[in-house]
Amino acid sequence: MRFDSLLDSVGGTPLVGLPRLSPSPEVRLWAKLEDRSPTGSVKDRAALAMIEQAEKDGLLYPGATLLEPTSGNTGISLAMVARQRGYQLVCVMPENTSAERTQLLQAWGATIVPSSAVGGSNEAVRVAKEIAAANPEWVMLYQYGNEANARAHYETTGPELLADLPTITHFVAGLGTTGTLMGAGRFLREARPEIRIIAAEPRYGELVYGLRNLSEGFVPELYDESVLTGRFSVGPLDAVRRMRQLMDEEGIFAGPSSGAILHAALGAARTALRDGESADIAFIVCDGGWKYLSTGAYDGTLDSAEEALDGQLWA
Amino acid sequence: MAVEVRIPTILRTYTAGEKVVSAEGDSLAVVIQDLESRHPGIADRLLDESGLRRFINVYLNDEDVRFLEGLQTPVADADSITILPAVAGG
Repeated sequence: MRFDSLLDSVGGTPLVGLPRLSPSPEVRLWAKLEDRSPTGSVKDRAALAMIEQAEKDGLLYPGATLLEPTSGNTGISLAMVARQRGYQLVCVMPENTSAERTQLLQAWGATIVPSSAVGGSNEAVRVAKEIAAANPEWVMLYQYGNEANARAHYETTGPELLADLPTITHFVAGLGTTGTLMGAGRFLREARPEIRIIAAEPRYGELVYGLRNLSEGFVPELYDESVLTGRFSVGPLDAVRRMRQLMDEEGIFAGPSSGAILHAALGAARTALRDGESADIAFIVCDGGWKYLSTGAYDGTLDSAEEALDGQLWA
Repeated sequence: MAVEVRIPTILRTYTAGEKVVSAEGDSLAVVIQDLESRHPGIADRLLDESGLRRFINVYLNDEDVRFLEGLQTPVADADSITILPAVAGG
């Protein structure tokens, strides 16, 4: 496949069957390999769409500075696109993220403002809003409320899934900004009204939930509960166990968030099997395992990996 | 019907610091009533007049109860309930 530039190659990722993890010939699992994106994660789609929309809206000019709260992948994608388009990027990133995320962001030329581990991404959002207020000339794309984020998935991820898997019955993805689930979910629901749209939400260690009061809780502006049919909380033990299973049984080297999503997808597969339904369950592999090698997620026992991820923003 | 309820850090002031408490009830609403009788004040932090507070998520065996039957979700012996504040990802 030939493209005019790296940015032109965003999207069009493979959908691969999982013959070993699928429980029966009638209940099949399919992985959409978003790690095959320019920066190695699903966030390239949203980052490119948000920057292109801001350009259309006349918000950006050569040398403009973008600002974004991110636990990593969105920042890395924005840094790559910003570099191509001649913008600066400042990322507010919680300090409890993997070392590779920092290295990649810096390699693509982003400036990192660390935010406290306590409170996780909520705290990064709060700090970014403060910085935005103090620097009105900077442009915060704000992935949690930017319609272009969900629209990228409505216009690309959803149609790709439907084209590759017209018999799709379930779509399972991670719940972070909610952009993937809202965008692809809406598209797929319009085409297949009976489809199950299932969210896998990472359950982090206690540090991440260390809010001072409940009013600091956070629900992304993009989130519309009515798009989903189910939402599951997946802890690090199940995420790492499934991540390793994906590698052992299907040869796919994915990050822990994809393990969490596979866990929810397998739950849906079990239910379909129990109810005697046939099912084509597509799920998102958000990124590869490369950025998590230093966390200990791939070494040692499941328990030691779980312990290593405790307090980290692993998804 | 005894169930295990996992309490987030921010609500442990009501449970004398306990991370996991037990409660009884055949639905989530009844479990929360029972929690309130054992840990006065906690129900008000979980509920407002419309039901579960916006920034509170409750999971029954890891599934968000908003996608089950909300406060009317049936609860069985040995089920596990987890309460968490809503946080950002991405």
